[in-house]
Amino acid sequence: MASTTAPTVVPQSGAERASRSGIWVGIFAITMSFMAFSSALFVRQGSLDWGHLVLPSILYLNTLLLLASSGTFELSRRHLEFHTAGRVGSSGAGVAWLLATLALGIAFCAGQYAAWQNLRAQGIYLATNPNSSFFYVLTFIHVLHVTAGIVAFVYLLGRLTMGSRLARRSFFDNTAIYWHFMGVLWLYLLLLCRIKL
Amino acid sequence: MSETSAQPVQVHAPPQGFLWKYVFSLDHKVIGKQYYALALVAVFTGMFLSWLMRIHLVWPVAKIPGLELMSKAGAPGGVMTPEYYLSLLTMHGTLMVFFVLTNAPFAAFGNYFLPIQIGAEDMAFPRFNMMSFWLTFLAWVVLMLAFVIPDGPPIAGWTEYTPLSAIGKDAGPGMQWGASLWGISIAIFCAASLLGALNFIATTLDLRAKGMTLMRMPLCTWAWFITSCIALLAFAVLLPACILLILDRHAGTSFYIPAGLVASDRLQPHSGGSPLLWQHLFWFFGHPEVYIAILPSMGIVSHILVNSMRKPLLSAKVVIYSMMSIGFLSYMVWGHHMFLSGMNPMSALAFSFPTLTITIPATILTLMWLGSLYGANIQVNAASLFALGFISMFVSGGVSGFFLAQPSIDIYLHATYFVVGHFHMVMGVASLFGVFAGTYFWFPKMTGRYMNEGLGKLHFWITFIGTYCIFMPFHYLGLIGNIRRYQSFVDDFMAPYIPLHRFITIAALVTGAAQFLFLYNLIHSRFWGKPAPENPWNATSLEWTIPSPPPWNNFGDKHPVVYHDPYQYGVKGSGGDFVMQDSPEPISGGD
Repeated sequence: MASTTAPTVVPQSGAERASRSGIWVGIFAITMSFMAFSSALFVRQGSLDWGHLVLPSILYLNTLLLLASSGTFELSRRHLEFHTAGRVGSSGAGVAWLLATLALGIAFCAGQYAAWQNLRAQGIYLATNPNSSFFYVLTFIHVLHVTAGIVAFVYLLGRLTMGSRLARRSFFDNTAIYWHFMGVLWLYLLLLCRIKL
Repeated sequence: MSETSAQPVQVHAPPQGFLWKYVFSLDHKVIGKQYYALALVAVFTGMFLSWLMRIHLVWPVAKIPGLELMSKAGAPGGVMTPEYYLSLLTMHGTLMVFFVLTNAPFAAFGNYFLPIQIGAEDMAFPRFNMMSFWLTFLAWVVLMLAFVIPDGPPIAGWTEYTPLSAIGKDAGPGMQWGASLWGISIAIFCAASLLGALNFIATTLDLRAKGMTLMRMPLCTWAWFITSCIALLAFAVLLPACILLILDRHAGTSFYIPAGLVASDRLQPHSGGSPLLWQHLFWFFGHPEVYIAILPSMGIVSHILVNSMRKPLLSAKVVIYSMMSIGFLSYMVWGHHMFLSGMNPMSALAFSFPTLTITIPATILTLMWLGSLYGANIQVNAASLFALGFISMFVSGGVSGFFLAQPSIDIYLHATYFVVGHFHMVMGVASLFGVFAGTYFWFPKMTGRYMNEGLGKLHFWITFIGTYCIFMPFHYLGLIGNIRRYQSFVDDFMAPYIPLHRFITIAALVTGAAQFLFLYNLIHSRFWGKPAPENPWNATSLEWTIPSPPPWNNFGDKHPVVYHDPYQYGVKGSGGDFVMQDSPEPISGGD
C-alpha cells in the first residue's frame, strides 16, 4: 500500500461545513422518502392480492458488489494526499481504487438491470402484483440515487487526473458518506423486499 | 458544526451579463425576487379563479364574458359547467397552497433575507438554489398547461383524493391528462422544495457570521429555519406519494385503487389498492404544509412588531420554542383531516389529542404578541397594520380549529364551509398578511425606495374588513350545513342563504380589487417611490447595515461581527432608542 501523508490541519471553511451538513440533510430527506415508500408497502402488504415474489439471485451478487465498492472507495481515500486549503490529490493507487469503485458502482446498476430482465423473463412486470410494483419502484429509485454517486465518482476522477489534479477534500468525504449510505439503504431495501411482515 | 463562522466565504463570482444576473442568477436575492414574482402571478391567477367561482355560485346561469375563451367545453356559451367549477376549484387550491403560500413567505423572503440576516454572502449551495427556483417555475408551467390542453384541469380538488384521481378519464373531465399534469407538477415542486429546504438548513447551521449564535438570529430567520426542517420531512413524503399516483395512472399499478371499483359504468382493471393510503401520505405532508405556510409569517410578523413597538417581545426565546413545538406537533396530527375517512375511531381520538395540544404553543405565541403589545406605543404604518392584522386573522381563524379538532364536532362540520372559512383565515389570509407586512417593511431594503404609505393603509383596511366579510359568514354557512365544493345552491334548502352568498361574492370582488392597489403600489414605488435611506425603520438586524438595494455579495468586503440579539429596542444607543446587532457598544442587561 502506498504511504499516506498526514493530513494538514486546515480549519474547515463555512462552505465546507455547510456541504457536510447538506449531505446529512440530503440523506435524511432520502431516508424519509424511503420511509414513505416503506409505510405504503406495509399498508399494501395487508391486502389479499399481495403475491410472494422470489427475488432473482443476482441481487445477492449485486449486494456484494455495492458493499465492495464502499471498501474500494475507502481504500482510495486512504491514498489521499492532503494539500492546503482543503484540497486533496491522490496517488496512482488511489485513482486506481477510485476507478474500481466506479466500475463496481456501474456493475451494480447493470446487475440491477439484469434482475429486472430476469423478472420480466418470468412474466413479472411492474403491474403484475403489488409486490413486483414495489420491487421495481424501490430498486429503480435506488439505482437513480446510486447514479448520482457514480456521477460524483466521474467528477472526482476528472479532478484527480486532469488539470491541477486536485479535488476538494470535503467533496471526497461527502461522496464517501453518500456512497456508504447507498449501501446501507440497499441492504434495507433488500430486506424489505425479501421479508413479509 | 460550529456555532459561528469567522470568515464568510465568497461562494460565487459576481454575476456577469443579463442572463446570469437576472435569469439564471446564483444570487439569493435575485432568486428571492423570482420566487416573489412567481407567487405574485400565481396569487392573482388564483384570485381570478376564485372570482369566477364566487360569481358562478350566486349567479349560476349568468354568462361570464370571456369565460368560453378559457374553455369551450367547460363554459359553453360563457356559463360554467359543474365540472369546470371543480376544475377551477382544484387549480385555485393548488396554486394558492403550493405556489403562493409556500413560495411567498418561505421561499421568496427566506431566500432574500435569511443569508443577510445571519451575515452570509449567499446560500450554502447557490446552484441548488437556482435549480430550486427553476424547478418550481417548471412545476408552475406544467400545472398551467392543464388550462390549455383539451382535457382541461383536473376536478379532484387540491387534495387529489384517490381512487378517482388515480383512474384516468373515467373519473371525469380533466382526469385523463389534467390530473397527470397535476401529479407531475407537484412531484417537481416537491423536488424543488427539498433542494430549497436543504439549502436553508445548511446555510443557517454553517454560514452564520462571527458572533451570530443561534439565539441571536432574528425570529424570522428562526421561522424560516424551522419551516425548512418541516418542509424537508413533508415534501420528502409527498414526492413518493405522487410517484405512486402517477404509476397508478399510467403504469397499471394498484397502489391506491381498490378491486371492484366502477367509474363511468366501467369496472376499473385494478385490485387491492388502498385509497386511504393516499390520504395518509398526502396529509402527512398536508398538515405540516399548513405550518410551512404560516410559520414564516409568524416570524416575519414578530420581527416587524418588535420594530414597530420599539421594545422587545416578552420573550423571544418562548416565541422560538413555541414555533419549534408547533413544527414538531405538526407531524402528529395528520389524521384529523381523516376523521370521516373510515379510519378506526380510536385513531381519531389519537389524532384529536395532539391537535388540541397544538393550541397550547399557538396560544402562547398569541399571548406573547398581545402581551408585548400591551402598553406599547406602536408606530402605525402599513407594515405594522398588516402585522396586527395577521394576529387578528390567526386568532379568528384559529379559534374554529378548536371545534374541528374534535371528532364528534368534525363529523358534522366536515366538508362544510366552516372548514373552508377556518383554513382560509388561519392559513391563507393570515399567511398573506405576513407577506404583505414583509413587503411593506422590506421594500425599502430591496429597492431603495418606500412604498406609498397612504395606498398601503387603504389596501390594509379594505383587505382586513373585506376578509372578515368573506370568511366569517363561511363559518355560519358551515354551521347550517352548507357543503363545500357544490357549484350552486338553487332550489334546495340553501335558497334562503343565497343573499348571504351574494354578499360574500361582492366582498370578494371588492377585496380582490383592492389587491390591484397593492400591485400598483408595488410597481409604481419600484420606479418612482420616495427614496429610502439605508435603515428607514431604525431597525437592528444585519440587513439594515448594508446599502439598499444590497450589493451582489451583501456585505461587500466586510465580514460582519455580531454583538447583540436583534431586539435591542427601547435602550439608549448611540443612534437612538436601539442598538444594531453589529454595534460593539455595550448594553446593560442585553445579550
